[in-house]
Amino acid sequence: MRIEVKDLRFSYGGTKKRKTEKYALDGVSLTIEEGEFFGIIGQTGSGKSTFVQHLNGLIPLKEGMGEIKVGNYDLSDKRVNLKELRSKVGMVFQYPEYQLFAETVEEDVAFGVKNFFPEKSAEEIKDVVKTAIELVGLDYPALKDKSPFELSGGQKRRVAIAGVIASRPEVLVLDEPAAGLDPQGKKDFLELLERLHKDFVRTVVIVSHDMDLVAEYCDGAAVFKDGKIIKRGTTEEVFADRECIFKSGLDLPVVEYLKEKLAEKGEKIACGTKISEFLDAVTQRWGGKT
Amino acid sequence: MPILKAENVSFSYDKKINAVENFSFSVEKGEYVAVLGRNGSGKSTLAKLFNALLIPDKGKITVGEFSSDDKKSLFEIRKRVGVVFQNPDNQLIASIVEDDIAFGPENVGVPRKEIGERIEFALKAVGMEEFRRSSPERLSGGQKQRIAIAGVLALTPEILILDESTAMLDPAGRKEVLKVVEKLNEEQGVTVIAITHYMEEALFADRVIVLDGGKLAKEGRPEEIFSDRENAVKLGLELPFAARIADELIKRGVKIKSGILTKEELAEELCGSK
Repeated sequence: MRIEVKDLRFSYGGTKKRKTEKYALDGVSLTIEEGEFFGIIGQTGSGKSTFVQHLNGLIPLKEGMGEIKVGNYDLSDKRVNLKELRSKVGMVFQYPEYQLFAETVEEDVAFGVKNFFPEKSAEEIKDVVKTAIELVGLDYPALKDKSPFELSGGQKRRVAIAGVIASRPEVLVLDEPAAGLDPQGKKDFLELLERLHKDFVRTVVIVSHDMDLVAEYCDGAAVFKDGKIIKRGTTEEVFADRECIFKSGLDLPVVEYLKEKLAEKGEKIACGTKISEFLDAVTQRWGGKT
Repeated sequence: MPILKAENVSFSYDKKINAVENFSFSVEKGEYVAVLGRNGSGKSTLAKLFNALLIPDKGKITVGEFSSDDKKSLFEIRKRVGVVFQNPDNQLIASIVEDDIAFGPENVGVPRKEIGERIEFALKAVGMEEFRRSSPERLSGGQKQRIAIAGVLALTPEILILDESTAMLDPAGRKEVLKVVEKLNEEQGVTVIAITHYMEEALFADRVIVLDGGKLAKEGRPEEIFSDRENAVKLGLELPFAARIADELIKRGVKIKSGILTKEELAEELCGSK
């Protein structure tokens, strides 16, 4: 599903906003193509989370405040089937493990599916839940009857994701997916996301403060500042715009930092933002001379 | 004499598994110590033991002349060891910055006049003087965390513990908080114990300790911790980002020196080796 947002505006004060009040989103236009692994970056309070919460109608689109189309769902149409849309656009919030609530892992993961697809039989739901739990790399027989609260932080987060992907969304939106995980947990989790993106969920959108993560995993990115998008492009294009990155309170990913330092010394390295690309380029350049 | 000392400390939440086990360690005044370790290794439990929010089941914690053995000392320990947690939104309580900072000193009975001085000192220390009458909710994440630190400083602690205090901040906010903490450590001599998952943050500590399964698994200068790269990974650590790139380049036959930890070092080394 393609995501197409045009001139979106939003104010937490409602449509009758006072003159002094700023728009949290002030004319945001963005298209995310089906199949992209997309990063949304920007300072705290720049409108990133407010923006993604519009994508499944969690924050309703107000009349005259822009257009949002997700696949064939037109969010400005009052008759749009929000429930169906929400099953297709899965949303994972910051620290999703805090949203676990059921007595067992199985029940927790089943909750969304049951809600979205009440027509499914108990047997079918069980099947879907099992698949989802296995997809996130957890041992179904060993964990299904456990309380989610007995699990480790990384496992809890996986259970939370399983609950979202059980409904087979086509778009997965994650707000700060790796925050609070230790290095190994973070690595495992990002590998999981990459795998899900390859085999299961077509489009992945992440909101993150971690520039290295965005540089490594995302194809494209948008920079938010004061409720507006000030840059949209491939990750390479976005990080190449140094002025925009620093103006927005962001930082260069390590690979870009190294490229810049080398360029200052007259060593221009032509490669993308991913570590493997940088390694290849440097090896080629330096290796030959050793 | 160490400013903080833990002697054979064990603590369990459920009386079955020890969250911290037979832990001994001491910190000198003015030191900057980073605490690393995977999730669930006991880092946050340790922070709470250090400031007497939790009391050891076995062993004892001594802060200056006060010991966790003595119930009457607990209050004194809490005054001397301030903790800043992860989420700034959970730590700010008042609707105006100065009231928020006054909350701690008021609670411990600091005279009115002195409270004003302490607010001024604390705000200056974190570079937030001009926000004295602002509303905390209007501040950025980094600014909120600086106010949380000021709130702790207003209690004139001898030790400042940061429990993943930068985890929720954007890059600018992180830099801003780290700079303030470094300055407090260098200029005011505040002892800092920083718990973190960011390996880069551990690099400017005087000393690093690594916890694993509630036990002290390793201790040393940052270079020492990361020099045994295999062991570091086994302990749930990760090499700093630039170190991983450097190692990989060496593996591929690029001639640069080994043991690189920071991106600055790597950039310099690459520029120099060409």
